[in-house]
Amino acid sequence: MRGITKRYPGVTANDNIDLDLQRGEIHALLGENGAGKTTLMNILYGLAVPDEGQILVDGNPVRIAGPSDAIARGIEMVHQHFMLIPVLSVAENVVLGEETMANPVFLDKAEASRRIRELAGRFGFELDPDAKIESLSVGQQQRVEILKTLYRNAQVLVLDEPTAVLTPGETEEIFTLLRNLAKDGRSIIFISHKLTEVLEIADRITVIRRGRVIGQRRPSETTEEELAELMVGRAVLLTVERGESHPGEVRLKVENLHVKDDRGNEMVRGVDLEVRSGEILGIAGVAGNGQDELVEALVGLRRVAAGRLHLRGRDITGVSPRAINEANVGYVPADRHRFGLILAFPLTDNLVLTSYYKQPYARGMLRDGRAIAAAAREKVKAYDVRTPSIEVAAQTLSGGNQQKLIVAREFEGDTTLLVLDQPTRGLDVGSIEFIHRRIIEKRDAGTAVLLVSAELDEVMELSDRIAVMYRGKLVAFLDGRTADKNEVGLLMATGGRAAPAEATGSAS
Amino acid sequence: MSSAQRRSTRVGVGAALRAVWALTAVPLFAFVLALVVGAIVIVASSVLVLKNPFDPTLPISAYAALANGAFGSFDALVSTLVLTTPLLLAGLGVAIGFRAGLFNIGAQGQFLMGAVGSVAVAVQFRHAPAVVAITAALLGGMIAGAAWGFVPGLLKAVSGAHEVVTTIMMNYVALAALSWIVGGPLQQPGSVPPTTPSVGIAALPILLGRSGHIGILIAFLAVPLAWFLLFRTTRGFEIRAVGANPDAARYAGIKPRRLIVLTMSIAGLLAGLAGACTILGISHTMNPTFSTSVGFDSITVALLGRSNPIGVMLAAILFGAMRAGAGPMQINAGVPVELVDVIQALILLFLIANVVLRRLLRLRGVRGSEQTGFETITRSYGREATV
Repeated sequence: MRGITKRYPGVTANDNIDLDLQRGEIHALLGENGAGKTTLMNILYGLAVPDEGQILVDGNPVRIAGPSDAIARGIEMVHQHFMLIPVLSVAENVVLGEETMANPVFLDKAEASRRIRELAGRFGFELDPDAKIESLSVGQQQRVEILKTLYRNAQVLVLDEPTAVLTPGETEEIFTLLRNLAKDGRSIIFISHKLTEVLEIADRITVIRRGRVIGQRRPSETTEEELAELMVGRAVLLTVERGESHPGEVRLKVENLHVKDDRGNEMVRGVDLEVRSGEILGIAGVAGNGQDELVEALVGLRRVAAGRLHLRGRDITGVSPRAINEANVGYVPADRHRFGLILAFPLTDNLVLTSYYKQPYARGMLRDGRAIAAAAREKVKAYDVRTPSIEVAAQTLSGGNQQKLIVAREFEGDTTLLVLDQPTRGLDVGSIEFIHRRIIEKRDAGTAVLLVSAELDEVMELSDRIAVMYRGKLVAFLDGRTADKNEVGLLMATGGRAAPAEATGSAS
Repeated sequence: MSSAQRRSTRVGVGAALRAVWALTAVPLFAFVLALVVGAIVIVASSVLVLKNPFDPTLPISAYAALANGAFGSFDALVSTLVLTTPLLLAGLGVAIGFRAGLFNIGAQGQFLMGAVGSVAVAVQFRHAPAVVAITAALLGGMIAGAAWGFVPGLLKAVSGAHEVVTTIMMNYVALAALSWIVGGPLQQPGSVPPTTPSVGIAALPILLGRSGHIGILIAFLAVPLAWFLLFRTTRGFEIRAVGANPDAARYAGIKPRRLIVLTMSIAGLLAGLAGACTILGISHTMNPTFSTSVGFDSITVALLGRSNPIGVMLAAILFGAMRAGAGPMQINAGVPVELVDVIQALILLFLIANVVLRRLLRLRGVRGSEQTGFETITRSYGREATV
């Protein structure tokens, strides 16, 4: 890609970017959210048309006007959110759009299955072509996505944050697969903001900041610190200084908690835990093991099926979200667009979302716009929310700034307990650093913190104690300073029992 | 400091203009396009149906007659305001519903019940002083309309039944109830067809010209009140929050179910008041064929006004003017009054198709279907039921 420039009204998303990809290379594209990685890849995949610059394949300029052009040139993309049909089998998903026909009416399933087995075998993994997608683990589904591209004989694979949803074990497996693909002569563009992974897997690393290429490094000649600095534009502390914790009295006590999801499945099956003032309890676990339900029950958004919740000794089982909020519990939800913000509303309204009815923001039935604006200005400043105005809608902010907005609201004042569900999901290094520091500050000020994260590094880094959640239960409690990452990873994947084929392999 | 302030003011004016443009561009283009297509309809129907010679200036004379009939004289103006009044009141009700994410198709039924309610009360207060009788009759209309909005609200809160379905049903119930009440308990003995007694002393006083009753004042006073409710009170914030994101609203401690019942009742109250003003201000009696399209027109009015009370006011005046000018247009230009229905329908069509409109006209920075109202119509809102 040569001199790619793409302008959107008000921003230059890509500013004269050069990127070259060699045969058999794993090339990492590193940059903060909004740096222009996605735009660049959309241009490569034909979803956007560059204002300037050209794309060359094997030295020849090509025009890519749409994804079908890209696919015809062997360029394929594996999206962060899988594009699979859950009720169909692996084989059916793989051949979709490129069906192998036995005759004009019927699919040749046997031939499709044979080719899938052969491809999988060639790259060193197993996959049952007849298994239904919905029965597969996330890691396996991702392999199906990759298989799809191989089936269409992709020469260039673009993977958008492929490890975001994987356990450490699965990440290792996908890395092995990627290395095998590279050995086979295929080229891979690996988009990520996880520095350790990029250093581990990539042959070359290109860092993008504000639409420009800031630097290119080889893993052997750089460090995490240098990459982070290139990405953010200033020195970044990758690990927060957290010092000793000084746990005080028990703030939150959960006894034998059971919670069901919307479909009535029991997702939390008997959880007992305590969080003390001045400590961070981290809950590690693969997404979907009941963490969201646990957290939603804690803040009153989901009914408790059985068990009791105590806050500072007071029974809060079954009370309303407002009552919990008024007990000074802060909550950062995993899905900030669902529970955290009203995207169409201005920052001012979002900053008083939980206190709009209280003094000084309201007097009786009347809202006090001036007090709301004053508080908003102050919080926006204190939490470094980058915005042109406090009157713009929350949806105009970047993900990191939206998250800071929620943090500004929820960390406010003398919090008893903070419930943080994936507080830094999808954020860039700079925002992560900022939010991590605030979490430590709150802990040191005596708040009890319950941190749920699918990001094992985050749990390891912040937690004073670590609990591992597996299939609705807390299967282990570990000391945050001495816990071993591999051990926690194994507990996350297996729940502590030696797991048979379940976590690793095929269904048949 | 002061220069920074000045700069921010300048930016503020520009931003405000852009914001106004972003909100008004789509309704404006919808209206203009409706007039253009309406012009084609005028010429085509004149040539094809009435077998007149081709006359390209006919649309201009028709629209001129329409405008003249709506604004051309004091009487025309009054008649426009009188026809605006029910559209404005009911339109505000529908708009408040849209703000809460509720698609209230029941304005028609609420309007009819408001009319019945006001007559029923007026008849009881035949011998009371006028002030008492008028107040009581208006209240009667509001309560009856509110009740007709309360029921679908309650059904939705309790069982999750979608308000689109239940309000349509309530419209039919209202029609049937109307013909029973007018032909039964409220029938003026011996009247054929069955008609209610006159509202008598409860008839609204005339302030302007021959027909400008006090309901006009009430309707225009409702605009700042609705605006104040939505944008200056905590209750209004709750209504808008539930409409914009029910999950976040629930987290904020708002009880969506209670708010749904409340909002539907307010919407019904306003539509009921529209019905009361129509009966007490204009017709004074009711018969089973008492019919109107106010309830349905008010939905278009709310959409055209982007669920903003000031926008709704402008849209209601526009629709009132078209209704007032339709007769004069037929008399003076020979174009049938039904053209107004065509134009109204075209406006609705272009509003709903605003995505296409924006693309065709290359409108940038203009808000369209993501805006309150359209979104309410296109979005299923059933999740609350399962919580």
